[in-house]
Amino acid sequence: MALDKATVAHIAALARIRLDEAELEPLAAELSQILLWVEQLAEVDTSDVAPMSSVAAMSLPMRQDEVTDGDCQDAILGNAPRAEKGFFAVPKVVE
Amino acid sequence: MTALTDLTLAEARAGLWAKQFSAGELARAYIAAMEAARPLNAFITETPERALAMAALSDERLAKGEARPLDGIPIAVKDLFCTRGVLTTAASHILDGFRPPYESTVTEKLWEAGAAMLGKTNLDEFAMGSSTTTSYYGPALNPWRKPGDNRPLVPGGSSGGSAAAVAAHTALAATGTDTGGSIRQPASFCGIVGLKPTYGRCSRWGVVAYASSLDHPGPIARTVRDAAIMLGAMAGHDPKDSTSAPLPVPDFEAALSCGIRGLRIGIPREYRADGMPAAIEALWQEGVRWLRDAGAEPVEISLPMTKYALAAYYIIAPAEASSNLARYDGVRFGLRVPGDSLEEMYERTRAAGFGAEVRRRVLIGTYVLSAGYYDAYYLKAQRVRALVARDFAAAFERVDCLLTPTAPSAAFAIGEKMDDPIAMYLNDLFTVPANLAGLPALSVPAGLSDDGLPLGLQVIGRAFDEETVLRVGEALERAADFKHRPSFVAGG
Repeated sequence: MALDKATVAHIAALARIRLDEAELEPLAAELSQILLWVEQLAEVDTSDVAPMSSVAAMSLPMRQDEVTDGDCQDAILGNAPRAEKGFFAVPKVVE
Repeated sequence: MTALTDLTLAEARAGLWAKQFSAGELARAYIAAMEAARPLNAFITETPERALAMAALSDERLAKGEARPLDGIPIAVKDLFCTRGVLTTAASHILDGFRPPYESTVTEKLWEAGAAMLGKTNLDEFAMGSSTTTSYYGPALNPWRKPGDNRPLVPGGSSGGSAAAVAAHTALAATGTDTGGSIRQPASFCGIVGLKPTYGRCSRWGVVAYASSLDHPGPIARTVRDAAIMLGAMAGHDPKDSTSAPLPVPDFEAALSCGIRGLRIGIPREYRADGMPAAIEALWQEGVRWLRDAGAEPVEISLPMTKYALAAYYIIAPAEASSNLARYDGVRFGLRVPGDSLEEMYERTRAAGFGAEVRRRVLIGTYVLSAGYYDAYYLKAQRVRALVARDFAAAFERVDCLLTPTAPSAAFAIGEKMDDPIAMYLNDLFTVPANLAGLPALSVPAGLSDDGLPLGLQVIGRAFDEETVLRVGEALERAADFKHRPSFVAGG
């Protein structure tokens, strides 16, 4: 399916990536070309096939729900672009 | 005397154990080689002090007769593996300044085995690419050039820095990751060995995620034996990765002495591409003869879903990537571009932090997962994935492994295929199916293109049967007797 500019703007908003107006048109063309190419899958009859989400032939392992790590606030905040009083600091969210 | 950097990993290990040279001497030789090879831009971060400190510990253990399997072996690490306290970038602007407070399981195992870290190697941004040209840190170059043509060539990708470093003798071996061919295609382009193990064989914990159901850490080395030695140290069950297989690690190196007499080798007729150079087809047929001469039995087989694997991959991988890369928001680590609101900060950070190819894949992934399109694209691709896996399962009822070309071309020039995403994606045509099915696959350098560039052959095996894959790989290596060297070799 060919994507129009409005659809590209919509998915960019969903993906939280700011795009300039001038970027929409070329991206719409590129993404449409890729989608058109992957649509060849429509040729394949998959009516009796279950979707495969992983090749790992096992169910996810369970473990006790207990604390296994912690007490490392400095390590966790060490990479923060901004940290204050033991928290990550971000622009004001609630007015 | 042979330069220290010309020894294979197995030879260097023997030399260290026989005390012909020290781990410190070997590390210094490799540090000098790494510096001499800087024009290749194979490394994003060099860690010579760390290599020397680790080598000093190895020398102490070697002196006491307590050598570990990789003591004193200098290796390079793809900059997708988190390394405690050492800049980890995924070749992306968005991870600016990120120094992980933890170590990936695979690298932890390598250091415990005694290996020394030379540095972190260049890659396509977030491992998304087949040329190592999408790196925020600039392209890595292939140490090979076409004879009589000085244009720089890509090393393949995404593990292009690791492959270039190993091919140019600036590391004895390296870690890579392979989501759609990112270990095997660069190994083929650089004339070395690359092994994508079975899904679940090597832990993904601490490896920056691209597409979690397809990401496979694995080794890049100069010989099949060296790859087997590396895999032995990297593999093993890890409770921190819920898809890590709770299986013992076989002695991969010991498997090499078994020969291939009586093995049945499947030759899938679908592994051909439009415009594929005749030299690749000819090399493939030669590979079939080599294996027959070594006592194996070639069997013509069919994998009819092969032609759809790539399209399924380019839905599934971007879908998983769009989800995995949602964590890069400028809050907890990496780049932050300020904004008046939290929303604006996210959007500006991600616009500035992601390069064009990453952005393209995140947007495609967001689209195929969005309401109304999920069934038509994502579930459809997962159903085709099941059929690709079913093809392989049927083949492995008749044969022990498969022989194919690794890639539909040799290395191309920097800048080629850049404006056509699909032309770039076609690099992965022969490698992607093994990722979708999670099967072990090895690329071995087997010959040269008409332009004098290396070409690899690929061996694909049953799940958790790396041993057969390595045995067949070694038989190919012995028959091919690939002695060609790249235009640039450090310390040679």
